[in-house]
Amino acid sequence: MATDKFVGTTRKVTAHLTQNENLSFEKSSPGKKGYKLAPLDVPEVEASALLDGAVRADVGALPELSEIEIIRHFTRLSTWNYAIDLGMYPLGSCTMKYNPRVNEFVSRLEGIAEAHPYQPESLSQGALGVVKLLQDCLIEITGMDAITLQPAAGAHGEFTGILLARAYHQSKGNARKHVIIPDSAHGTNPATAASCGYQVINLKSNAQGGVDVAALAQMVNEDTAALMLTNPSTIGVFENEIHKIADVLHDKGALLYMDGANMNALVGKTRPGDFGVDVMHLNLHKTFSTPHGGGGPGSGPVACKKILEPFLPSPVLAQGADGLLHWNYDRPESVGRVRMLYGNFGMFVRALAYILANGPDGLRQTTEDAVLNANYIRAKLQDVYELPYNTPSMHEVVFSDKRQTKNGVKTGDIAKRLIDYGFHPYTTSFPLIVPGALMIEPTESESREELDLFVDAMRQIAREVDENPEVVITAPHSTRISRLDETTAARKPVLRWKAPAASTPVEVDTPAKEW
Amino acid sequence: MAYPEKYKYTKEHEWIEVAGNVGTVGITDYAQNSLGDIVFVDAPKIGSKVEKGAVFGSVESVKAVSDLYSPVTGTVTEVNEELHASPEKLNTEAHSAWIMKVELGDAAELGSLLSAADYEAFIAEETAK
Repeated sequence: MATDKFVGTTRKVTAHLTQNENLSFEKSSPGKKGYKLAPLDVPEVEASALLDGAVRADVGALPELSEIEIIRHFTRLSTWNYAIDLGMYPLGSCTMKYNPRVNEFVSRLEGIAEAHPYQPESLSQGALGVVKLLQDCLIEITGMDAITLQPAAGAHGEFTGILLARAYHQSKGNARKHVIIPDSAHGTNPATAASCGYQVINLKSNAQGGVDVAALAQMVNEDTAALMLTNPSTIGVFENEIHKIADVLHDKGALLYMDGANMNALVGKTRPGDFGVDVMHLNLHKTFSTPHGGGGPGSGPVACKKILEPFLPSPVLAQGADGLLHWNYDRPESVGRVRMLYGNFGMFVRALAYILANGPDGLRQTTEDAVLNANYIRAKLQDVYELPYNTPSMHEVVFSDKRQTKNGVKTGDIAKRLIDYGFHPYTTSFPLIVPGALMIEPTESESREELDLFVDAMRQIAREVDENPEVVITAPHSTRISRLDETTAARKPVLRWKAPAASTPVEVDTPAKEW
Repeated sequence: MAYPEKYKYTKEHEWIEVAGNVGTVGITDYAQNSLGDIVFVDAPKIGSKVEKGAVFGSVESVKAVSDLYSPVTGTVTEVNEELHASPEKLNTEAHSAWIMKVELGDAAELGSLLSAADYEAFIAEETAK
């Protein structure tokens, strides 16, 4: 580590040793394994007799390691990670917010963790009850009329939501032609509209970073299927004229789709259903603290108004005359099934645990804390980093690197330097409407003490940019590897490990190599 | 880098050079500079129709994927295959590394495009923001 270059605070981080680790393939030697089987007590059958032509002649190179080797392999790798359980992620809920332990406890209860999708409905009433209660809670929080928990993740939710809009327009005799999307939108919005067969029309943001209602009014016509709007927007600004936006669309028979990515800034304060939204998705990881990014499957529930209810994916949950919950497949107008099974049921459990553990007042407070934390960072950093929009921030604040680029330092450099201070980088270069964006979302979970460490680090880096920009441009200095050649990695990707020509043969299946 | 005066430009940062009834389209130096290292170009198929102001393809840089907007309406007659193996040409030779050639559907459309001077004024304004 270049300690001479590290002039920052050591309150947050100190260098310590981590062990080097090769790929499991490189550590492999033939015949090693982590188990020992009892002698075969049934007649041996040749695999080819069972599988015919499906038997692979060559199984390829697979790593062979003993139990302790594989345990150490993954444990060592895990010590290289930055994790939400180690410190703040300024990427915020987009990537991972804190996963409260009560969620994990509940989702591991035997009856929940061991439930099987093909268990009969009569034996799944508890699991269906979880689905029902979560649906009811989400409907109340969003102010909508109906919901499906089927979509596998946020973008899949968008796809489902726009399919509903399309089915709705089709039922009126005309699917319509285009979807309007503001230039500050998440990239998945235009991809969704295009996947559903709509032409995408780009709507430029106004000087406050919001929707220009007059410009929108000129664009909307009888060919407009919907506007896809993120509220608060990706620059963390609430659309104050959202009700007018809804009116402009509804006047022409178009629908208002809300990307619920930033719903964690609204929960308990205002409801999309009340400000004119017709259909929206939620990201359970963003708003309701489920794991994300390798930590667990996604979940993108879609809530809608009554007019779209008939088109919801089949089946929908219903309560029978016997008082039991069951899946209703008799949905003639449904857009169909968007996924086979609820493999992400564990996310429903976690989201529900979060909602119930917090309760209405607790949820309202998480919203207030998320907004307070973002504005605290804004207030503490706005004298050193450029604030491109003066509009009040909600749950995230977006700065730009305008003042730092004068010294040749860009947002990506500041982010990399932040690693030296013990923080995961913030979101760089997004939203695209802010050149050189630094998007910071602390989430509600961070304490003032952690926020102060972050603020100190960011202020220190701003000073370094003025006094010694080189240290920032060449950062990080404290990691096992510094800057990767991202360009070559993207242009000439190496996608798989290739075995060296010859490896040292090791005698197969000797007891010494087991365990 | 100077913006060639014989080219016309869009506010979405494409250039077009017109010879007879065929327009050659690429992205500007300003565009490649804002995108950073370009790693992939998604060009349209030969024979496909493009529409003025509509998306005809995309470029992927290490930062983001960005749409390409056609300066004119017409039919794609040629695409620059070289960019498939060497997308970096868009960075190093922005004003000669072309992406597609289009047979113009309506030459009158060219009138609404920017001249080199207008485009330079436009990007000066963008940069000042």
